[in-house]
Amino acid sequence: MKSKKRVLISLFFSTLYLSAFTFGGGYVIVTLMKKKFVDEYHWIEENEMLDLVAIAQSSPGAIAVNGAIVVGYKLAGMAGAITAIIATIIPPFVIISLISVFYNAFRGNFLVSQMLEGMQAGVGAVIAAVVFEMAAGVVHGKNPISMAIMVFAFLAACILEVNVVYIVIICGLFGLIRTLVQRRRERG
Amino acid sequence: MIYLQLFLSFLQIGLFSFGGGYAAMPLIQAQIVDAHGWLTMSEFTDLITISQMTPGPIAVNSATFVGINIAGIPGAIVATIGCILPSCVIVTFLAKLYLKYRTMDLLQGVLNALRPAVVALIASAGVSILLTAFWGSEEKILLEETDWLLVVIFGLSFLLLDKAKMNPILVMILAGVMKVAAALIGGV
Repeated sequence: MKSKKRVLISLFFSTLYLSAFTFGGGYVIVTLMKKKFVDEYHWIEENEMLDLVAIAQSSPGAIAVNGAIVVGYKLAGMAGAITAIIATIIPPFVIISLISVFYNAFRGNFLVSQMLEGMQAGVGAVIAAVVFEMAAGVVHGKNPISMAIMVFAFLAACILEVNVVYIVIICGLFGLIRTLVQRRRERG
Repeated sequence: MIYLQLFLSFLQIGLFSFGGGYAAMPLIQAQIVDAHGWLTMSEFTDLITISQMTPGPIAVNSATFVGINIAGIPGAIVATIGCILPSCVIVTFLAKLYLKYRTMDLLQGVLNALRPAVVALIASAGVSILLTAFWGSEEKILLEETDWLLVVIFGLSFLLLDKAKMNPILVMILAGVMKVAAALIGGV
């Protein structure tokens, strides 16, 4: 059995590396974690990793952070979870700190501000494309309740300007109650 | 007490963003733009753009960026801790439960109801970003004040993403370059 210290050190550096070089969001980093810890190191079994990923995806918060926590916790308990979180946080923290210094210095520059204005339209398009794809997924599911939730949540947020937190809480509670009712019906 | 405000704001963002990726965006907007005015909508959009082009989750990037701008490095640290704290507690708790009982159907029920709501909330944040891009930060929307150049850039970007399946980072850079080119050529 490998010593705990060695596990922590290699957990730290592999998570740091993944976090620093993974562009494209949490799902990508979770896939790379699987490659590293399941396929390369054989520290976690494939099936267990899938369930751990499911936990990371269904908990609130950033998926990359959640993924680091479950993997770290599984490998070395609380010490592992904390090691993995710190390693995941360091790269974005350092990079964004540097960028925010430059941002304030350069935002006034004419070309930079033109570039950023154009990129605002670009990022709007990126979000629109993502939403389009996700909404299509909901519509293709042909579940009337899901579609109704989507429409009402949009109206509540965009037109009525209801606090986002309330919308999340109400929809979450609705799902909880619905699951409980269904469960009772199946048993009764 | 600015540190406490930063901490509590990002705690809410960490606690109520389900689904990863863009899911944190509407919550970040609600907290840092609408509730506290720490960033303008335009700065917020820049932040989302920067987040797209650097590694790391949007929520963590925002915590660092907003924290530094509002209260320096200590602010960034406080905000980042606030943003990951809910993950740490909830994910560890769920991982523990899972390793013990190996069942998660209630959680799945909650998620099934949340998923379409999250799509709607992201859409709503996307609408705010586009309104700012096309009409600037002013409250009123007038047809004659539309920035048509940005509308065109948005349309082209959307087609490149949705039809040509181009890489989002590339599309955003292209959008920025188009705007710069137009400014240099036409002095728009």
